[in-house]
Amino acid sequence: MNAMPGIFAAATGADSLLERWPILFRDTVAGFFPAPLQWLVGSLISILAIVAIFGGVFAALTLLERKMLGRVQNRPGPNRTGPFGLLQPIADGIKMLTKEDIVPRSADHLLHFLAPVALLAFSILTFAVIPFGRNLVPLELDAAVLYFFAAGAATELAIFMAGWASRNKFSLLAAMRALAQLISYELPLLLSFVPIIMLAGTLSMTGIIDQQAGWNFGFIPKWYIFTPWGFAAFAIFLVAALAESNRSPFDLPEAESELIAGHLTEYSGFKYALFFMAEYFGMIALSGMAITLFLGGWRAPLPFLEFIPSYLWFGAKLLGLLLLFIWIRGTFPRLRMDQLTRLAWKFLVPLALFNLGTAAFWSLTSGWSGPLQLARWGVAIALVVVPFVLLGRGLSRGVAPRTYRFA
Amino acid sequence: MLGSGLLQGLKVTAKNIAGSFHDPERLVTVEYPEQKTKLPENYRNFPFLVSENATDPMGTLRCVACQICEKECPPQCIYIEKSKDKKPDAAGKMQVYPAVFDIDTSVCMSCQICVEVCPFEAIKMDQVFEIATTDRFNALLLDRNQLAKPNSYYHQIHPTEAAEVDGRLLAERKAAEEKAKAAAAAAAAKAAAAAAAPKPVATPTATAGAPGAVAATVSVAKPATPPAAAPVSATPPAAAPAASPAQNAPASDGKAAP
Repeated sequence: MNAMPGIFAAATGADSLLERWPILFRDTVAGFFPAPLQWLVGSLISILAIVAIFGGVFAALTLLERKMLGRVQNRPGPNRTGPFGLLQPIADGIKMLTKEDIVPRSADHLLHFLAPVALLAFSILTFAVIPFGRNLVPLELDAAVLYFFAAGAATELAIFMAGWASRNKFSLLAAMRALAQLISYELPLLLSFVPIIMLAGTLSMTGIIDQQAGWNFGFIPKWYIFTPWGFAAFAIFLVAALAESNRSPFDLPEAESELIAGHLTEYSGFKYALFFMAEYFGMIALSGMAITLFLGGWRAPLPFLEFIPSYLWFGAKLLGLLLLFIWIRGTFPRLRMDQLTRLAWKFLVPLALFNLGTAAFWSLTSGWSGPLQLARWGVAIALVVVPFVLLGRGLSRGVAPRTYRFA
Repeated sequence: MLGSGLLQGLKVTAKNIAGSFHDPERLVTVEYPEQKTKLPENYRNFPFLVSENATDPMGTLRCVACQICEKECPPQCIYIEKSKDKKPDAAGKMQVYPAVFDIDTSVCMSCQICVEVCPFEAIKMDQVFEIATTDRFNALLLDRNQLAKPNSYYHQIHPTEAAEVDGRLLAERKAAEEKAKAAAAAAAAKAAAAAAAPKPVATPTATAGAPGAVAATVSVAKPATPPAAAPVSATPPAAAPAASPAQNAPASDGKAAP
């Protein structure tokens, strides 16, 4: 990465200074170093920025989540520490740091230590390819989507590591559950964005966002969520993302009422905090992915709103998705293990496969116009709704409600 | 259709989120140290000693150190020492008072038996619950200065019960007053009779001449007495009004105090 050409390229671009300043700042700082080191310094600045910003987002998110869950239950939420409880994350951090780090005597010490580190490392790796703004892509890869899901899938390994190394029956049970769940939901997650790759014709994040530029009729953004197949894919992605990030209602691996805290049972203090951090990072990364794939990335929803910098739009969309996740967590009860796997294999995977066909139809009929355009929409919507209704009917047939026989 | 129940659930929680911001009725949390709920009148724990007068709690304790509560207390958490001297109580009668009255609240189980056995309405249940201390032993052992609380406080925490107790005490004092007056009147009548006929009678009892004398004194001193002393026939002896004020004064003071 050459620093000086970067500055010139940005300076001649049409972007405002508000858009350019993060890149400008990075290149200016990197410019103080000798040329062979500039790429390293530039990358380090990006990494530091990501860790600092998303560390802060994580801290704020813990408070936001607790506040919002409180409101869901008609409670005020934490409000003891500082004004409106704003210092709660700091208090939590101090508590976590000062707690004793206990490792079970019979645990595998190396793996027990490595698991939270690996989990956090893989979670942070996923941030590398997400475009946070117009020019703010830490790492521009041609196969960025593949990279993202490869790094995200590696977190399963770390969770199993934690469960195995703890040498605790609850941890191991949780690790088994986590593997079953994460592998089951990896499939719908991957299938849900295959249509997008088909339609966009690229695996690059920047390319996918470029495909979503512009507006229909001047006010409907050409985001993929505003197409029938895109909406279906987004819904599947959302459910699968909830399951992948171990969020309620798919929090079986750490089901408090069943498994104490699952793979977290034997972790305390800062390692426990690292697990939480990784979980939230995973959630943020998947939200960022959903924004990039379905919600037009950092693009403004309306033309006259483009003066607001792109990273703020990304932040707003991220906040919206995270609030949705919290809202869902506050609403739904946890699934049973059989319900969980049935939902994945008998509902989401077939639906995602159908959706592939819908997207193919959409792609083939891109030339239709006039009244044919209406037919295109009608057929596509039918292709989404009919399988949904039919599969939904079959989903719980014969298994619910359960009847219990007592001796 | 699949998912409609999920959407309904989301609607409910969305209503909660939005509603808790604009509708204070929804937030039922009482943020304890700053806000407190009003305790129900029937709430009671740990006994306290009732004193008639807030300004002089030690001088106006109702307790006469009879030690019934000390004997009845199941966990034996009360310790009383009687005084050597006597002090006039609220009714003006000379009474022993507790020189030491300790309750160990670390032992007390708030069973209320002391309250039930007290014949003098001197010990009642309190409503304190913030009793945490930094000292395990001495701070939990309450002496009579800490235990004494005025009757007005009792009215404040248990209004109905306190009103009932006050009514009962008033009636008792009145009855005692009547009796004393009757006795005084009888004595006076005896004395008058003895002065008229110089034949001394050894046993002064208030039996035959009493009702008439009572009616007479009542009609002179206080017109609004209960109709316990009904007979109106007898002639008033001269000495009766002179004898009554001495008995009357402390009692009426005592009644005025609460």
